[in-house]
Amino acid sequence: MKFKRKYLSFPYVLFLICFIIIPVFFIIYYAFTNKGGAFTFDNLLKFFSDSTNVNVLLISFVYAILNTVICLLIGYPLAMILANKNYNRSSVMVMLFVMPMWINFIIRTSATRDVLNWIGISTGANSGLTTMIGLVYNYLPFVILPLYSTMLKMDKSQIEASADLGANRFVTFFKVIIPMTMPGIVSAATMVFMPTLSSYVISDILSEYNVVLFGSYIDLYFNQADWNFGSLMALIMLLLIGISVFISRKFSKDETGGRTSLW
Amino acid sequence: MEKNDVILELINVNKSFDGSIVVENLNLSVQKGEFVTFLGPSGCGKTTTLRMIAGLEMPDSGQILLNGMDIAQLPPHKRPLNTVFQRYALFPHLDVYDNIAFGLKLKKVSYQTTNKQGNVITKTRKYTKDEIDAKVKKALKIVDLESFECRNVTTLSGGQQQRVAIARAIVNEPEILLLDEPLGALDLKMRKEMQLELKEMHKKLGITFIYVTHDQEEALTMSDRIVVIEDGVIQQIGTPLDIYNEPANAFVADFIGESNIYVGTMIGPQKVRFLGTTWDCVDDFEINEKVDVVVRPEDIIIHSPNEGKVKAKIVNKIFKGIHYQFTAMVGNNEVLIQSTVDHPVGQDISLTIEPDLIQIMKREYTANIYEDAYINKNNEVVFAGASWACDVTQLVEGATLDEKGYFITPNGKKYDLDDIDVIATIDMKDIEISDNLEEGNITGQIIQMVWKGDHYQLIIRTEDEEDFIVDTEWTWNESDTVSISIDSSKIKLKLKADLSKYEI
Repeated sequence: MKFKRKYLSFPYVLFLICFIIIPVFFIIYYAFTNKGGAFTFDNLLKFFSDSTNVNVLLISFVYAILNTVICLLIGYPLAMILANKNYNRSSVMVMLFVMPMWINFIIRTSATRDVLNWIGISTGANSGLTTMIGLVYNYLPFVILPLYSTMLKMDKSQIEASADLGANRFVTFFKVIIPMTMPGIVSAATMVFMPTLSSYVISDILSEYNVVLFGSYIDLYFNQADWNFGSLMALIMLLLIGISVFISRKFSKDETGGRTSLW
Repeated sequence: MEKNDVILELINVNKSFDGSIVVENLNLSVQKGEFVTFLGPSGCGKTTTLRMIAGLEMPDSGQILLNGMDIAQLPPHKRPLNTVFQRYALFPHLDVYDNIAFGLKLKKVSYQTTNKQGNVITKTRKYTKDEIDAKVKKALKIVDLESFECRNVTTLSGGQQQRVAIARAIVNEPEILLLDEPLGALDLKMRKEMQLELKEMHKKLGITFIYVTHDQEEALTMSDRIVVIEDGVIQQIGTPLDIYNEPANAFVADFIGESNIYVGTMIGPQKVRFLGTTWDCVDDFEINEKVDVVVRPEDIIIHSPNEGKVKAKIVNKIFKGIHYQFTAMVGNNEVLIQSTVDHPVGQDISLTIEPDLIQIMKREYTANIYEDAYINKNNEVVFAGASWACDVTQLVEGATLDEKGYFITPNGKKYDLDDIDVIATIDMKDIEISDNLEEGNITGQIIQMVWKGDHYQLIIRTEDEEDFIVDTEWTWNESDTVSISIDSSKIKLKLKADLSKYEI
């Protein structure tokens, strides 16, 4: 039998079916059945009839949006400095910002809690603030990396052209540099926004369970063996993430007309 | 030349990057409405000069006067100049129209109005949408891209992108348009077309153009005046005709067009000897002075044997479309000849050259002279950042060295030569170069190479920016790194300081 190239793809196709396609069907199945296994819309009605559920979702959105905005505000200038050869002659600086990602997530987050308590920001009393700090700290590298690589690729001559055409630094930044790094910004935003929605360890540890994000809420129901309602919420989140990816794709067209965003 | 016609003046402009000099003491003035081209090989400083005019680099010292005002330290967005960049530098996130309108949207125009008190005052305002629209449409028409307004710039061909880049610059009505190798990325046919179009545009718009290129043909075709730059220094300024017919030195002659360059000797008034014969010429130099002789291949006339002044044999022939290019040997010297008449390879011929077509130039370099050399404690001479074995006894006739290395003169006095200043001279043919970098005392890069009939003249530059001029028969490549060694008996030394201070 002749070996064909497409045989190489079989392991991956198998993997995709087992760990992505089938689980999604499981989620859909559980979301629209009750404990006895009969088809029902009860879970959906229950979700929208209780304002607590919707509130948790809205709070998660607020945290995710805030986290994205703060990460971008800190990460963008930082990535600009890192990508500038004058300030960063070796990649040591980049390494320093990426290195926290190498440390075990749980240990890192617990350590953050202890440090915050030690310097006087109590995780119990200021749970909102500490959760935010933890989220920003954890997701900052995910913002810096895509922005950094977009800025490294950026052609300096367009910035020069902008100055040559009469734009000062301020105008050049907003009319040339920001639009040209848009694919990086979209990548960065997606990489922060979506995981924040579903994160729960950070908020659990850093707020002493005072801040409940959508991820922790789903986790709660699965722990209480209510797989059906948990699945429905997972499905809702899947749809929301799908919508946000769809929107972000509109912004991430690069100069060749293709997509450079990672998602 | 009237002073008020000068639009741009560069005075003693210097620029270096990381300690290496890129532009050295550059002086230039440009007339209003002129088409000036900076021509030179890559890395010669021509682009840096243009960027200093644009404001994208700041000169280390010197003045750049625009209409008499010094703009040398002004940021680019405050200069009324616009640049067409080498790789176009269009904004990928804007369409053709918005790319061209970018500068107009930022520009402020002054207008006069009467205030409440009835006085006429000058105010500034931005262009209105209609004004911008009219100007963009006009610019698109000039570059022949009328229906392309809404196209994404990334979907355009190289030639079309180039047109957008030109439109984006000229739409602002700059006082000077700067063009940095704008046609470099286009294919040959497109380039020729654009050359003519740019020339036409220059005539129509009446704007001063400053154009940078390494393509000598492009420079000759388009320019009113050419500025030949090499190694950060202006070699010659002149009209294309001047530069071609009367190159100022061997570098210019070699760089512009094809040429035969020989080392000749003046042997009488308006008589020069090269290619083994004495030729009549129209230039006068001191008798016995070594000179560079340049003859263009199309100025050499082929005759049957015995009819001409010097015998030659054709060794190679290339058909070039409108003429043949022959390589003939006169003794050891190669002669490049262009002729429309065919001759077979191997044929014996003879050659003549009209006296006024023999271009004679002063030799720039006759030997390597290092004025700041000194002797170290091992009786080696130090110059150009390396120490070299040499014969120090030549400093005083009849001198010897004792077993400890002290210098003994014939009258019995003893000297310690350590640190004494000398002038070292080495003939260009006495320097050996090798591609085995371990072999010589110091390594350097070949920065210039000129063929002189039977040998190459190379300039090798070390890391410390010291130059060695080397005559060699072997072919090397520009930018090769080579090592340099010198036979100790070939280094000529001369005392610079008073020897008596070093007596012990």
